[in-house]
Amino acid sequence: MFEIVNKETLGPNVTRYEIKAQRVAKSRLCGQFVIVRGLEHSERIPLTIADVNTETGTITLIVQTVGKSTLEMTTLQKGGYFADVAGPLGQPSHIAKYGTVAVIGGGLGTAVVYPQAVALRQAGNRIVSIIGARTKELVILEQLLGSVSDQLIVITDDGSSGKKGLVTDALRELTQSDNKVDAVYCAGPVIMMKAVAELTRPMNIPTIVSLNPVMVDGTGMCGGCRVTIDGKRKFACVDGPEFDGHKVDFNELMDRLKTYKGHEGKKYEEHKCKLLQGNK
Amino acid sequence: MSSEPDKLTAKERMAIPRQQMPQRDGIERSRDFKEVNLGLAEQVAIREAQRCLQCKNPKCVEGCPVGIDIPGFAKLIADGDFLAAAELVRKDNDLPAVTGRVCPQEIQCEACCIRCKSDTPVAVGWLERFVADYQMGQSKKTKPTAVKKTGKKVACIGSGPAGITCAGQLAKLGYDVTIFEAFHKAGGVLVYGIPEFRMPKKIVDAEIRNLKAQGVDIETNVIVGRTVTIPQLMNDEKFDAVFIAVGAGLPEFMNIPGENFKGIYSANEYLTRANLMEAYNPESDTPIIRGKRVCVIGGGNTAMDAVRTSKRLGADESIIVYRRSAKEMPARVEEVHHAEEETIRFEMLTAPVEVLGDKDGWVCGMRCIRMQLGEPDTSGRRRPVPIPGSEFVIDCDLVIVAIGIGANPLLTKTTPGLKLNKWGYIEADENLMTSIPGVFAGGDIVRGAATVILAMGDGKKAAQNIHKYLSR
Ligand SMILES: Cc1cc2nc3c(=O)[nH]c(=O)nc-3n(C[C@H](O)[C@H](O)[C@H](O)COP(=O)(O)OP(=O)(O)OC[C@H]3O[C@@H](n4cnc5c(N)ncnc54)[C@H](O)[C@@H]3O)c2cc1C
Ligand SMILES: Cc1cc2nc3c(=O)[nH]c(=O)nc-3n(C[C@H](O)[C@H](O)[C@H](O)COP(=O)(O)OP(=O)(O)OC[C@H]3O[C@@H](n4cnc5c(N)ncnc54)[C@H](O)[C@@H]3O)c2cc1C
Ligand code: FES
Repeated sequence: MFEIVNKETLGPNVTRYEIKAQRVAKSRLCGQFVIVRGLEHSERIPLTIADVNTETGTITLIVQTVGKSTLEMTTLQKGGYFADVAGPLGQPSHIAKYGTVAVIGGGLGTAVVYPQAVALRQAGNRIVSIIGARTKELVILEQLLGSVSDQLIVITDDGSSGKKGLVTDALRELTQSDNKVDAVYCAGPVIMMKAVAELTRPMNIPTIVSLNPVMVDGTGMCGGCRVTIDGKRKFACVDGPEFDGHKVDFNELMDRLKTYKGHEGKKYEEHKCKLLQGNK
Repeated sequence: MSSEPDKLTAKERMAIPRQQMPQRDGIERSRDFKEVNLGLAEQVAIREAQRCLQCKNPKCVEGCPVGIDIPGFAKLIADGDFLAAAELVRKDNDLPAVTGRVCPQEIQCEACCIRCKSDTPVAVGWLERFVADYQMGQSKKTKPTAVKKTGKKVACIGSGPAGITCAGQLAKLGYDVTIFEAFHKAGGVLVYGIPEFRMPKKIVDAEIRNLKAQGVDIETNVIVGRTVTIPQLMNDEKFDAVFIAVGAGLPEFMNIPGENFKGIYSANEYLTRANLMEAYNPESDTPIIRGKRVCVIGGGNTAMDAVRTSKRLGADESIIVYRRSAKEMPARVEEVHHAEEETIRFEMLTAPVEVLGDKDGWVCGMRCIRMQLGEPDTSGRRRPVPIPGSEFVIDCDLVIVAIGIGANPLLTKTTPGLKLNKWGYIEADENLMTSIPGVFAGGDIVRGAATVILAMGDGKKAAQNIHKYLSR
């Protein structure tokens, strides 16, 4: 049982949890994640460790509500407990001094790139963050990411917040400006990471993407998280989650992520109804 | 309980036929997850135990990897003293309710039974299960005897049969034992791999409770190598010795085209979803693909468990695809037999060459090739060789790969100085000590995929040697 020492709503569908997990806090390196179960019957889901406090032995998770597990998690309150928190998992981020780094977060990917932005800045890089979303309501962590960036660009499909367009538009513009972009770190929907990687490939800009396949154990035991990198099978939970974006088979990942579409939607709708009824 | 001492003559014993294990109907049971075998009734167990000829020089004991006094406990059953029989078994085996169900008796104790010469062997496994279940059913719990504490701490990494056994033995010797388990639930393969219909979880849970009652601490959600390392456990947390029992835990894939279509699982993933995450229960949040025509590749216990699970999850047809012949299948004979009763189809001497997908990226079939047996290979089994031009397609919508497991490098890679063999398994000496003083290892991570009883044997041996090491 892992105590929730703090809980805060960051936006319409975004919650920040600070959880007591002494061992995880002590060992965590930037870029690693945990696998959690909010409640005893929950699915095991991966979440990036946004931050740690080694003194209090707590870790911070920033979670966007997208389905049943993440919705149910929101019913847990400060003083309550997460059933299970296992980690830190995955390889730490590759942090180096490049010069200017574009840190791109699409949707909930913003929670994933936030700790990278922090570490990259500490390493002496100039950080230009780009947050992309379909519409204004889905822009998350604007302030938090802004606070660790030298420049922050918000861009939405419909122009309801920031510029109108896609993150690739913002990135292209950036590379064409006087600011040379020396590296790109990117997390978000697979289609977005693919577009970013395609854009930077001809420019030879190192591009690190954070992949989000479905995971179960997170220890390399099941192979459910397998992805194809440079034609080879890799397990994202132990070999990743970050990979060289120019080597990833994005089409395959996109397709594999559709595996449980039907099931997830159904569970979510069923559960949302129950929760809403319970709240009346 | 009958307390008539058993005084049959050898001839009378020989005249008793092997008793039958009552089991649920094949078709009925293949639609749910309740246990297949129902266990022997008391009188039937006594009858079966009377078949034991009480050999002076019992070969069955030699066939048992942990040397259980088989004639001794059979005698106690025949006399009607079931609790004493259970105690006698437990002297050598901490998990008799488990091994009674899953040991490959037909190549161990029962294969050595003298009655095999003219007849069928004594059903040692069923008797073992009988006494263990009987003991569990008694309300009188064996209280853990107070032991003198040694003041020393031992960490067991992994809560499978090897870790559980080692922890239990060390607790009895007065050590402070902590088990670290990566998953959220303790039990190893017994909870995430072997399905409910063969290994009811309540039995494993009871054993875990037993262990806790003996004072063993179990810390779940700790992935040693990530959450904490072995050097940290020894230097910072002051563990005096460590036992590594993390199992094998690395799924093998076939390395054929099409293996990443949607609808292909490793057996590890499929069984973990089904068992540990209880995906068979419609209430569970964890999804699982329920195929209508399911192909499982492999011929071991894992393949049998996966194929029978798929039937229970609603498949119309579930098929074992195995590249050798029935004779070479490593699965327990009883499981193959049960699978047949559950109308599992067997495609023997068949190897997949490609997984086929539809336009949406879902598995729709498997191209296979027929094999024939050639010269024996290093394992002593005849090597399967493809028959040219024999390719054909099996339609299916779910493929489960159960062709074996390898050594998971997560812990071994993060333990400096730990010597491995060329396949990545840990090297241990005859005392099960590794290249690091005070660090022992056993079970599948040393042997490669083996058996529950061998893992338990290692757990016990490691405990004895850890005790020796720490009493220097
Ligand atoms: C390494 C890693 C780190 C992650 N870090 C974070 C994080 O810091 N914050 C955060 O909010 N989320 C993060 N995610 C994504 C998070 O795990 C999923 O949002 C979560 O599993 C959804 O669970 P659910 O039951 O609520 O939704 P589900 O009902 O499972 O899914 C709802 C919707 O989300 C999509 N989805 C499901 N799983 C994923 C996934 N793994 N990635 C992307 N979309 C998914 C589904 O396709 C579906 O459309 C991370 C994923 C990975 C693999
Ligand atoms: C589906 C299936 C069916 C089987 N059927 C039979 C059968 O009928 N009869 C038989 O005799 N044998 C059978 N076996 C084999 C048998 O289960 C194994 O040989 C036995 O479980 C090995 O025991 P172990 O203690 O070495 O490891 P395991 O049982 O594998 O347990 C290892 C434990 O360590 C944990 N772990 C792994 N890495 C770490 C880490 N880094 N930190 C902390 N914890 C970790 C794992 O989560 C796991 O709980 C079967 C195996 C499978 C997979
Ligand atoms: S999540 Fe199971 S191997 Fe990566």
